Amino acid sequence: MVPQNIILSIIISIFLILIVFELVRRQKLNEEYSWLWMLSGWIILLLTIYPPFLKFVTWIIGAVVPASALIFCGVMFLLLICLHFSVKISTITNRMKKIAQEYAIMEAKIEEISKQMEK
Amino acid sequence: MAKKILIIIPCYNEEENILKVISEIQKNSAADILVVNDGSDDKTSELAMAGGAKVLRLPFNLGYGACLQTGFIYAQREGYDFVVQMDGDGQHNPKDINTLLSMLMDDIDHPDIVIGSRFLQGKGYQTPCARWLGMIIFNTITSFILHQKITDSTSGFQAMNRKIIEFYASIHYPSDYPDADILILLHRMRFKIREIGVTMYSFPDKKSMHQGIIKPMYYVFKMFLSILTTLLRKK
Repeated sequence: MVPQNIILSIIISIFLILIVFELVRRQKLNEEYSWLWMLSGWIILLLTIYPPFLKFVTWIIGAVVPASALIFCGVMFLLLICLHFSVKISTITNRMKKIAQEYAIMEAKIEEISKQMEK
Repeated sequence: MAKKILIIIPCYNEEENILKVISEIQKNSAADILVVNDGSDDKTSELAMAGGAKVLRLPFNLGYGACLQTGFIYAQREGYDFVVQMDGDGQHNPKDINTLLSMLMDDIDHPDIVIGSRFLQGKGYQTPCARWLGMIIFNTITSFILHQKITDSTSGFQAMNRKIIEFYASIHYPSDYPDADILILLHRMRFKIREIGVTMYSFPDKKSMHQGIIKPMYYVFKMFLSILTTLLRKK
């Protein structure tokens, strides 16, 4: 990779790691949602500062230039993160459904009890 | 002891029809009526209550399946022996409630669930061509898997016993369209399913939940995926 690529890649990965860390520290991001972002940052950093690793990945995926391998890894991580969030959204949706159902049943029950008490 | 029967009506913005539906049911049955309001922004709840039905109000729109399941959970907790589910738009004939229930209670086969089919006797129902094709496909798949003829896998007019009520209340019930996939699941769990001919009315002007281009496409995708995963899932 040309030096500009290396510098940019290092800056982006360190920035990503720091911003995720800071969001967790400020409790704006839960630990359970931070680990994949952190892992992406560390892997990109490792690929950039340790060239044999990037060369190996480039060879494995059949890329012509190492920069393509780096972009490929980034896209793969984004896909993984999107999938992870889809699973989490599904879990949250199911929980929200359960809460709404319980709310409706409890509300009806409370109304029924209040009517009985009024009599 | 008399059996406790509950009629569950999932509703979304049905203020125009709900009172008529409730009064027609009351003319034909002495069962309790439960209207589950799926986050309507009209007067469905107030009118249903005025009509003498019990009402569950979901705080926001959850979808047809989740709305129905709320009714099943209620029926399970309140100790109902039988449930009849029917739509609140008036497409199901309340006179058929007793037809479904008598088959459920008296049939020598002891079915766990009876589905009201609009096609079994061909009584007064017309469907658009694309929807008809979809129904044919899913009815054929369901019939093949169940080893019994299913003519209306999309029917929302059903009667079921306590075993099914408990099962529906406990499972991951589909939030949107519980149709062929649920029948296949019931078959895999060894519940007995039967169909009986009922009258259904179609409303060409009414907005269907399968209207548009994206929704039917999603329905077909969802149903195929759901059937496949149901078949591959451990019992």
